[in-house]
Formats: sequence, C-alpha cells, structure tokens
Amino acid sequence: MTKIRVRFTKHGAIRYIGHLDVMRYFQKAIRRAGINVAYSGGFSPHQIMTFAAPLGVGLESDGEYMDLGLEDTAPDTTAIMDALNKASVPEIRILSVRILPEDAGNAMASVFASAYEITFYDDKKVLCPDKNTIKRLLERCSLLESMIYHKETKKTSRDIDLKSFIYSLYLKDDDEDKPTVCMTINSSSSDSIKPGFVMEYLCSLEDIKLPDNSLMITRLDMYTQSDSGDLVSLGDIGVTS
Amino acid sequence: MNRDGLFLSNDILMSVEKPERYIGHEVNSCIKDPEDIRVRFVMCFPDVYEIGMSHLGIQILYDMFNSFPDVWCERVYSPWVDLDRIMREKNIPLFSLESQRPVREADFLGITIQYEMCYTNILQILDLSHIPLTATERTWDDPIVIGGGPCSYNPEPIAEFFDIFYIGEGETRYRELLDLYEESRDAGISREEFLYKVSQIPGLYVPSLYDVQYNDDLTIKSFTPVREGVPAKIKKEVVKDLDDTYYPKSPVVPYIRCVQDRVVLEIMRGCIRGCRFCQAGELYRPVRERSVDRLLETVYQMLDSTGYEEVSLSSLSSSDYTHLPELLDKLIVECEKRKVNITLPSLRIDAFSLDVMNKVEDIKKTSVTFAPEAGSQRLRDVINKGLTEEDILSGSAQAIKGGWTKFKFYFMLGHPFETDEDIEGIGDLANKVAAEFFELVPRDQRKNGPISITVSTSFFVPKPFTAFQWAPQCTQDEFIRKAYVCRGGISSQLNQKRIHYNWHDADTSVIEALLARGDRKVADVIKRVYEKGGIYDAWSDYYSHARWIEALDECGLSLDFYAYRERSESEIFPWDFIDIGVSKRFLYNEYTKAKQGIITQNCRAKCNGCGAAVFDAGICPHAAI
Ligand code: SF4
Repeated sequence: MTKIRVRFTKHGAIRYIGHLDVMRYFQKAIRRAGINVAYSGGFSPHQIMTFAAPLGVGLESDGEYMDLGLEDTAPDTTAIMDALNKASVPEIRILSVRILPEDAGNAMASVFASAYEITFYDDKKVLCPDKNTIKRLLERCSLLESMIYHKETKKTSRDIDLKSFIYSLYLKDDDEDKPTVCMTINSSSSDSIKPGFVMEYLCSLEDIKLPDNSLMITRLDMYTQSDSGDLVSLGDIGVTS
Repeated sequence: MNRDGLFLSNDILMSVEKPERYIGHEVNSCIKDPEDIRVRFVMCFPDVYEIGMSHLGIQILYDMFNSFPDVWCERVYSPWVDLDRIMREKNIPLFSLESQRPVREADFLGITIQYEMCYTNILQILDLSHIPLTATERTWDDPIVIGGGPCSYNPEPIAEFFDIFYIGEGETRYRELLDLYEESRDAGISREEFLYKVSQIPGLYVPSLYDVQYNDDLTIKSFTPVREGVPAKIKKEVVKDLDDTYYPKSPVVPYIRCVQDRVVLEIMRGCIRGCRFCQAGELYRPVRERSVDRLLETVYQMLDSTGYEEVSLSSLSSSDYTHLPELLDKLIVECEKRKVNITLPSLRIDAFSLDVMNKVEDIKKTSVTFAPEAGSQRLRDVINKGLTEEDILSGSAQAIKGGWTKFKFYFMLGHPFETDEDIEGIGDLANKVAAEFFELVPRDQRKNGPISITVSTSFFVPKPFTAFQWAPQCTQDEFIRKAYVCRGGISSQLNQKRIHYNWHDADTSVIEALLARGDRKVADVIKRVYEKGGIYDAWSDYYSHARWIEALDECGLSLDFYAYRERSESEIFPWDFIDIGVSKRFLYNEYTKAKQGIITQNCRAKCNGCGAAVFDAGICPHAAI
C-alpha cells in the first residue's frame, strides 16, 4: 500500500458542513473519481483514510489534509489531483497530492500547529474593533508575559495561558479597511486552543465584547514539528510523481 | 443573500442545529441560469431534509424536470422546528435550496404527499412561503401549488390548499402542464382560466372546479363539476413501460447522512399480492417490471455519478420480481468488485433469499424479517396475506440452521373481523419459532447466542381504495386492549423470555384514519391544528393528540363518523371521483370475501379482473381489458 496526502480547500457555502460529513463527502468523491483506494477487510470494507485536525463548522480553509492508502505502488499524483477535482464541488479544490515516505506520521497524528487569518463579517464590523484598535491591541499583547484566558466549556472551566500556544500573531499588512489578524497556534490534538480565544482575549484588553458570530476565520495551513523544532507544512511532506 | 449566495445569514446558520439542511450545493444538484429558463418548479417534500432527500419519487421527477431545457426544478423541505421559529420571528420567507430564492417567486410549488401525518407541514410550507393557505385566495403572484403522491388519491381533506392535484405517476403529464402554463402566461389569461384548462388534461384534478353536497347524515350526496367540460371522473396516470421512462442517473448526493444513504433502484412498480389492507397494492396496479439490462445499466451509472457505497433494491414485494435471481447474481459480482454493499428489501424468507442474504450481509448483525401481519391463519386469509404458517416456520427453520439468531415479526392489530384468538396467535407463532431454535440448535452449538425475537405491532388504519375502505376502525381504547391481549398471548408462552414485544401508539392511528378517509370538511380541522402550533405531527415528540381532539370538537366533527364507522355499500366516498382502474365493485367483493375468510389469488396465479387491465400494461392479460 502506498500512502498519499491530499491538500484541499473548503470555502463558501459548504463551510457549514461538519467534519464527519466532509469525511463522508470524500468517501464518495474518491469513488466518483475512480481512485484505486485501499480498503480494510471484513463485511463492510472501508477506505483507508485519515484526516488532519477537524475544521469547525463555519470556518473556511486553504489547508485541509487527508491521507489515503492506495493499492497502486506508483500512483500518478497529477492524475489523482485532476480526477478528484473533477469529482468535487467547486467549494472544495484539491491543491496538491503527494506520495508520503513510508515513515511519515499520519495527518491526524502529525498536526502540531495551524495558521489562521481572521477578520470580521461585514454585517458585524461596525460593532468590532477597527484596524487601529487591533494594531494597538496586538502591540499591547506582544509586551505581555502571559495571556491568561478563562476557558469555559459545558463541563469545565479553567485558566489557560494562551501565550504558550501562540507561535505568531500579527496584523495583516493590506489595503483593506477591515483588520485581518494572522496567527499560528498550537492545534496538536491533546493541547489546543481556538483562534476565537485569542481574538476574545485581545479585545478583552480594552473591554471590547465581540458580538456573536462576528469572526470570519480561514485556516491557511497545518504544520507538523520537525525534529529540530521547526514548523513544516503538512503539504511539504512527500513527493509528487 | 449573504456573501456565499445563501439565503440565510451566517448568524442564523450558526444558530440552527444542522445548517447543512438549508445550504444546497450538493453534488449533482442542478443549477441553471435564470435567464435560460421559463419555468421555476420548486419540488417539496413536507418533512425534514433527511427524510425528504431519501424519497425516490422526487429524485425521478427532479431528473425529469431538469432534463427540460426551459425548466429549472429545485427542492425545498420543511425547516426544522428551530429554523421554523426563527423564520416566523423574523418574518423570513421560505426559500428553495438551489437558487436560494423565495419559494413564492417560483412558478410552481409541487408537494409530494406521502403520509397523512405531514398535512400540517404542508400548511407550514405554504405559510412560511407567504403563500395564502387557501387556493382560491391566490393570484398570479403566487406559484401554482400542485400535489401528488399516494395521499392525493384522497385529496379531499387538503383539497382547498391546492390548486391542482396530479393523480397517478408523475412521469406522464407534466410536460403538457408546463406547455399549457407557458402558453397561458404568454396569452395573459387569468389564473382561473388557466386552471380550467388544466382540468382538461388527463390525470389533473382542480378541486376548485367541483362542488360537494352532503346528506343529513353527513355523508356525501353529490360530487359534481361546476363548469361545463370539467370531467366528472379523473383517471390515474400510469407509465406503461418502465424501461422507457425517466430514471435519475445522477441523483443529488446529500452531505448529511439521510435515511437513504445509498443508491435506490426501483426494480418494479405495483404488487401482485392484493393484501386487503394495503393501499399501495391497489394504487399501483398493474405490476410492471423493469428489465435486468436496464436496471444494471442504470445502477452502475448511478454508482459512478454518486460514489455511494451501497445499493438498495426497492419495490413493494421484491421476491415477486420475476428476474430477481438473474439480477442479484450479476449485481453481487459487480458490487463485490466495486466494494459496494447491497441491502435487500424485505424479501420473503426462503432458501433463495437466505442464500442471497448470506452472501451480502453479516449474519451476526442482521436479522431475518417476517411480516405475517396477522397472528392466525384464519385472519391471514381474511386480510388475504398469502403467507402460511408453514411458509413462515419452514423459512425460520432454514434461517436458524443457517446461523441467524435475530428475528423480527411485524403484525397489525385491529384488522376487520379480528378476534382475540387471532391476536393470541401472534404469541403462539413467535413461540413456535423460538421452539424451533432450541430443537434445531444443540446447546453447545449456539455460538451466536440464543434466539431473539422481536414482535412489533402497529394499528390498522383503513385506507381509500382498499377492500377495507368500508371497514370501521377500532377506537383507541379497543386498540390498547388488543395490545394487552397480544402481550398476554406472548407472556403466556414457554419461550416468552426470548420474545420482545413493542407496539405503536394508538393516538396517531385514529387521526391517520380521519385524514385518510376524510372529506373536504376535515380541512378546517387541519387548519385549526396548524393554527394551534401543530407541525411535524409525524414525529411523536411534536405530535399532540389533544390538539387534534380539540380542533375536531371546535369544528363539530367526530372520529365516530370518520374513523370508527362502518360504511354502507352504497355510500359515496370522497375519493370516488378518482378512477384507479381497480373497480369499487371488485373491492367490495373483496370485502365480502374477507368477511367469509376466502382468499383471492395473486395476479400471477390468476387474473381476478380487478379492472386495472384498462391500462393495458404490465402483468394484466390483454383479454381482461
Ligand atoms: S386486471 Fe387482473 S392481472 Fe391486472 S391487476 Fe387486476 S387482477 Fe391483476
């Protein structure tokens, strides 16, 4: 069995589709594309596939990953990419297909960090901080030793120091009047934070409360950590044919 | 519209339970340029997306309409209760999935009506679309509302909500209707005049063109057209050759898991059996089969275009499909290659079906299903269920020897002429199957565990166009008593520990009977229930029996009249103006034979001259026309 890694996007209307349904979508897209995927045994065989960190409902992405087991020993990555694109809805585009080295960790296990771009929905932007405010907040943030965020879920509530999860955090340099915040944060499955936490924390520094559903979030990419500690895009691992 | 071309805002989509229900954009959904089309036809299944998307009929019509270059067919389903509330609060109109535009702007709203308990959801759809509930209040600013599906064979309780009903199979007359619509709009004629012309098309029923008079005893006195040229009878539409008609080669593939998460292949239409309680068995006469070659060609195309990993064969009684062995042989080989599962519809359990099940299913996980519908041979003869105790016991014995341990039995309680002994027969039968197991499988060979039998009973609802359309329904109390008799019959058995019993609730059954055999007066009851907040009546969590009883009282109508009363032979039924081919005389004769416990042979063994031969199709001998 050969393993390949597929990088894909998720945009537009279908960002409201949950992670499990994206998996189900690909199970069918792979069949439509006629890809020679490997199956498990048993009465109802299933495709050998793994997805990297799930993307929340409502988020968009340019950097989603799926690893697939193939029966072919020497798959044609360009042909697979074309076939998958043809079998896909326009909102999901396949950006790259690479053959993984034998010892590569699977997409799910190797995710360490994710990069995001965050801006505000147009209909909410008047209620959200403007570009200058965001700039000021980010500067304040950079001087802080720690960023204690109170995380509350249905069952638990605890304080976490966001700082230890953030690898980069800055204002995107563009001509838009709306601010866009770029961040790379930890998303290893065991210990992760959400981009929304960082935005909430930022705003809380000046007692700004963001309205519900105001954040428009795009995941740009996902990374693994190399032995030397560098962040390497999941899409840079392996080779094309 | 939000920035993704969706009708609902991000705020709303993020606040409802499953936003995927409302965004469209599925694989194979049809997008057309509004500039290129003349008619926008919105097709509706008035229940939640996951249910509606699973319906084959809509898929067939969706494919047919969209094959017309001048038509764009879209879909809409009932918004779930969470979105329903938001739409009412914010006065947001209902929209279709493809164009994400208001339903009210469409030319047609077609509603498929599959079960009576969805009637309040029809009103929900109209109301949320901002379309007047009553057809006669509509103008050209509203779409033409047309109903179809099994419940349109007695459309009277919902007649005032519809402009047109399509009686029969949808493949045949829609093109004519659309042409007439385009001509009429070009000519600038009134909506009323258009509907009058529609009434001239075979199979199309325009309720506003008929007048109903009642006798003092509330039964119908007369049912007559109000205008010259409007036909007094409407004959159902039938597809003569199922190989030569529409079938969706690329059905829409939903993102969410739906009830049918698979390719559905309709192998035949109609049923040869003639069970006396079964409406579908009469409505879809005569039996027509699709050829193996066409079916295989179609199913492979569908698998290619959808990527589904499962195929299910569909029909009323697949064991009666004459080429089943040939079809399955070929299908099993190809599906194994493609790693596609086959799920079998309820086949009659015998050596052949068990062999097939053994090939395609995991014995440990699946169960063997019987639907004897009645517990005693006497009552099975009354209902004309051509399944004998011998058939059942030899089938179960073979299944037991084959290693199956899970068995399911379906029965109905409250059949006409049923006695307590018949009901007690249910426990008897289940016990005999359990006894077979202990006899046939020595203790040390019970590797799949002991046998487990599930007995489920539902309550009989008399339906139009069946032999039992004259029959009284049991009252709720009587139903409950019967369920206790059944339970008593099971718990007195030696092997009762191996038998699990569950029964359906009786409340909805009597309301179903009201709606199934109701007349035009029942419309007020439905409207009142809706006004009291009733929607999703088919969902037990949302059904309120009290609401229905209250509405009936307020309208001065009773279940005594609609559900519990036996009809006389000469009574005019609300649905008598519909001609399904099968004659009322034939059905009454069946009712009489039921009383006497005389069976009628199936269409393949012998033609009984039911009348459906007029369609000159399928199984009917030419001589019977
Ligand atoms: S006419 Fe005869 S063969 Fe045809 S449906 Fe009726 S009984 Fe069956």
